[in-house]
Amino acid sequence: MSTTVTPPPTQNQSGSSRFTSAAANYIDERTKIGVAVKEFGRKVFPDHWSFLLGEVALYSFVVILLSGTFLTLFFQASMAEVFYTGPYVPMKGVEMSVAMASTLDISFSVRGGLLMRHVHHWAALLFVASIGLHMLRIFFTGAFRKPRELNWVIGFVLFVLAMAEGFTGYSLPDDVLSGNGLRIIDGIIKAVPVVGTWMSFLFFGGEFPGTDIVGRLYMLHIMLLPAMVILFVALHLAFVVIHKHTQYPGPGKTQQNVVGFPVLPVYAAKAGGFFFIVFGVIMLIASFVGINPIWNYGPYDPSPVSAGTQPDWYIGFADGMLRLIPPGWETEWFGYTWSWNMLVPIIVMVGFLIVVAIYPFIEAWVTGDKREHHILDRPRNAPTRTAIGAAGVTFYAVMWAGASSDIMATHFQLAMEGVIHTLQALLFLAPIIAYQIAKRTCLALQKKDRSIALHGYESGRIVRMPGGEFIEVHKPVTDYERWELVSYHDYEPMMLRPNDDGRIPFGKRLRAGMSRWFFENRIVPPTHRRN
Amino acid sequence: MAEAAKYNGSEGAVVPAEGHGAVAPAAGTAVIATDAVQNPGLPPHRKRVTDLDPKVEKRAERTVYTLFYVSIAGSLGAVLAYMFFPIESGDLWDIRLHTMFVGVGMTLSLLAVGIGAVHWGKAIMADHESIDERHPVPSDSATRAEAVEVFTLANEESGFSRRSLVRNSLIGALIAFPLPGITLLRGLAPQDQDPVTLLKHTMWEEGIRLARDTGGYGVGGAIRAADVTIGSVFHVVPENLSQATNLLDEKAKAVVLLMRLEPEKLKERDERKGWSYDGIVAYSKVCTHVGCPVALYEQHTHHLLCPCHQSQFDVTDEAKVIFGPAKRPLPQLPITVDDEGYLVAQSDFQEPVGPSFWERLK
Amino acid sequence: MARAKKNVSKSGRRHPLATVALVAVGLLVTGVAYTGFSQTTATAEVDLSSPATIEAGEKLFAANCATCHGMQAEGTVDGPSLIGSGAASVHFQVGTGRMPLAFQGPQGMVKPVQFTDEQTLQMAAFVASLAPGPGLPDSQYLQGDGDVANGATLFRINCAMCHNVAAAGGALTEGKFAPSLIGVGADHVYEAMVTGPQNMPVFSDANITPQEKADIISYLKYIEEKPAVGGLTLGSIGPVAEGLFIWIIGLGIIVAFTVWVTAKSN
Repeated sequence: MSTTVTPPPTQNQSGSSRFTSAAANYIDERTKIGVAVKEFGRKVFPDHWSFLLGEVALYSFVVILLSGTFLTLFFQASMAEVFYTGPYVPMKGVEMSVAMASTLDISFSVRGGLLMRHVHHWAALLFVASIGLHMLRIFFTGAFRKPRELNWVIGFVLFVLAMAEGFTGYSLPDDVLSGNGLRIIDGIIKAVPVVGTWMSFLFFGGEFPGTDIVGRLYMLHIMLLPAMVILFVALHLAFVVIHKHTQYPGPGKTQQNVVGFPVLPVYAAKAGGFFFIVFGVIMLIASFVGINPIWNYGPYDPSPVSAGTQPDWYIGFADGMLRLIPPGWETEWFGYTWSWNMLVPIIVMVGFLIVVAIYPFIEAWVTGDKREHHILDRPRNAPTRTAIGAAGVTFYAVMWAGASSDIMATHFQLAMEGVIHTLQALLFLAPIIAYQIAKRTCLALQKKDRSIALHGYESGRIVRMPGGEFIEVHKPVTDYERWELVSYHDYEPMMLRPNDDGRIPFGKRLRAGMSRWFFENRIVPPTHRRN
Repeated sequence: MAEAAKYNGSEGAVVPAEGHGAVAPAAGTAVIATDAVQNPGLPPHRKRVTDLDPKVEKRAERTVYTLFYVSIAGSLGAVLAYMFFPIESGDLWDIRLHTMFVGVGMTLSLLAVGIGAVHWGKAIMADHESIDERHPVPSDSATRAEAVEVFTLANEESGFSRRSLVRNSLIGALIAFPLPGITLLRGLAPQDQDPVTLLKHTMWEEGIRLARDTGGYGVGGAIRAADVTIGSVFHVVPENLSQATNLLDEKAKAVVLLMRLEPEKLKERDERKGWSYDGIVAYSKVCTHVGCPVALYEQHTHHLLCPCHQSQFDVTDEAKVIFGPAKRPLPQLPITVDDEGYLVAQSDFQEPVGPSFWERLK
Repeated sequence: MARAKKNVSKSGRRHPLATVALVAVGLLVTGVAYTGFSQTTATAEVDLSSPATIEAGEKLFAANCATCHGMQAEGTVDGPSLIGSGAASVHFQVGTGRMPLAFQGPQGMVKPVQFTDEQTLQMAAFVASLAPGPGLPDSQYLQGDGDVANGATLFRINCAMCHNVAAAGGALTEGKFAPSLIGVGADHVYEAMVTGPQNMPVFSDANITPQEKADIISYLKYIEEKPAVGGLTLGSIGPVAEGLFIWIIGLGIIVAFTVWVTAKSN
């Protein structure tokens, strides 16, 4: 059957709008694009600065793709040996891998090459940092709750993929700094029981360093990992569209609506403009600040090493964890070597990451709340979650600080042993302290909110009563202001009841215990009954 | 799940989630107050200064298109900078200026168009709040029923759940088919070499002279015992390193540090007294933690420090670990002097060098 | 301003900037004269083997060094023996201001130099006269015209593990550190290599030949004098500085922009 859609009459339209309608018609007849335009053209997105952090990550990824494509035109991922014949004097005549030589050529002999290397590497640092900041925002506002638990896991996978991309990327120039990083990875792999030696052998194509690793990392870096990142980003964004974006509590905002601006034209202008702003800031930094000067490190050789050998910041937590292990953690049982100084960091870090990945499911189990949540929590209104987050961030930060122990020693004129011992203690103490401070701060802020909702703001006006006493006049809040203060969720600790067999299973006990931990101390939102 | 339902219903909830005809999901331990404050609705819309004053709006418009023109200028500037700041001289200043000016041009072109677009969106475009309705995420019950119907029909027509032999053997086949592909990955490592054997041996042998490490693939001159003064450190490779087929692989195991101390400062066990020569000792440079070069030697404290994770080794005491995450002391290379006064190895290391691995003791 | 400008100035017929010009000229003259008089190309003017020099050095030594090093530099509980350290070690330690030590600590710190070049050489001559030791470097090795690429490779093998690949300095154990080498004179670099000050190892001429030392010095001068091609180096510390920069300044700028983008237009 062929029903052709007749195009609308064009006699009364101006030239440009006639062209536009003809073009739109042509495309729609072949792609059904009208459906997309109708569905998404006026889709509403709420407006808050913290909602742009995910966009920072997305846009820096686009910048990485663009600058990376340029670099692939000139980089050669081969470990064959060659003598450098380019213009940089301290490398002239030095024997090095083709990978290193081509990176030097990009830096010194290709116009705009050094700029693109800078853009690529700075954008990569920004990519992982903005993912981290975005994850923190999601965590502290409870945006991972139903229906978004899967999106949290997808985002977590993206975080790990981004770290992997960064690591494979900075190891490509085959310089002394990243080469020693690969050596460390080799040592960690070898420490894995039973299969470690063979895993290392397979990874490097033989003994370390071998002649295969740069080529293999290149494949991962430009093909497999970007494909996975793009796939997971597409899934991530698809879910944002399906679930619609969350919004902060406020007057007029409910669980059943989204209040904000439509994609066309406002959001397109703001978000589209923001892409250029992120790109521009990266370009600004790349124009003036150097990064990864591989010509200082020289070609990889198992012999030299630089004082101040650290990985890129997002691998810092792993390097720091290795540094904080005390001496002697290795045993020889049953004739085999068990390297606890490697296994413990691996277990701790993987454990930490697993807890981060499954946190939404843990919290859902504790609260038992199966409703959809589209209104975000202000962090103060989820004190235990916020405190757990603060403790987690602190734990990560102490591990990260461990990676710069020698640099802290030189810059603050301390002994490195003192720095390391302090960080070892802080690894346990600091999260506990951070937890307590965050929890108490949240509860205090909630109390303040409650008092403002019930009694109003201190207006600063002091009035003397006829009886002689002084009072400060409190200005009552408007309904609009009050809504944000009182509209949060309140949970009670779960009550333990025996099941039909008259017993309380361990799982229930655990759940009730955690529920008590989460919700024992809580500030109840005031209601009309003024309790 | 039943537990939670009898604790709290969702009636009177401030924020009920609706399913189309489905039962409202359980609220768990949430407290639903029946007298909660109600949502007051959107606050009154506040007009912007560009809505109220047409002159300000005109100014905003002018700002926006000026920024767009600046962006064009920036893009052109970047192209011109590319053309007129050549780098072929190799002079570092030329490269610096080229990078900076092309970069600044591009920065301008990007930031100006971005800021202009955002300013347009913020100040000029209509800013009344739009409201979209949310629908619950689950599909409505009619759609669900149809989906169930689809699967039920497919199951009946194929007999998937009924025909257990067919089903189970299919699952088996699907599990088995990737196995050859995974097996192909064995080719990532050489087929004819055993990593454990390789890790246990280095290029050092009896009679191989200790030579200076001149960096990269180079081998310097052999070292006389008399050259090694107290307080000095030599970075050493085997004299025959250039003959290795995988030079860097061998170097990664064979690098050695050579130091001289006053003989009375060395605490050596009896079996190792012959491994040093008149206070000259040679230790593997590969850290026993994860393999970085342990290159920092402090000549008075006789400490060796690895810069990667700050493991410290005491050269007076068989390079045992005194700080940091390493456990095993650095392997010692037994050395002596040949008849021309050059330092030579007496044998290979007596244990595998470098980081630990599972089969290390085998 | 309807009133006509009067030409009479308070200082009479002198130009108002005449005083400034006079002061500037005076400063210039005294400055040039000072540098002219205090300029000493040390090695050329002081004879290290002359008894007069040695005696002058001994007097200085007794007044400033003997408390810790002993009257005949034989060493005490507070300071090691300097017999055999040679002129090079004195020129290095005193010339960089490390000696006299201000306090006992993990290591001697660079501080303002307390002696003139002539005095330093006199003390060097005294210590050199006690026993043979490393002498002052031959100036041909200090010119910075050696093989920069060879120097860079040698630097990475022998020096970078303590001093960092860009000579920015690094940490040692127990509060000690290897200082930055940027801005350090060629003679001091040579002398440090040859004498091994404090915990720095000794790099005798049998380990690193004088020409190789000259190459290393040439590399250091090269990276000191040439511009950093990437722009700001952030101290050449590497990924730690880069990470701090992106979090504090990079994300800082971007978050500031996010607040602006989503703020309501006024």
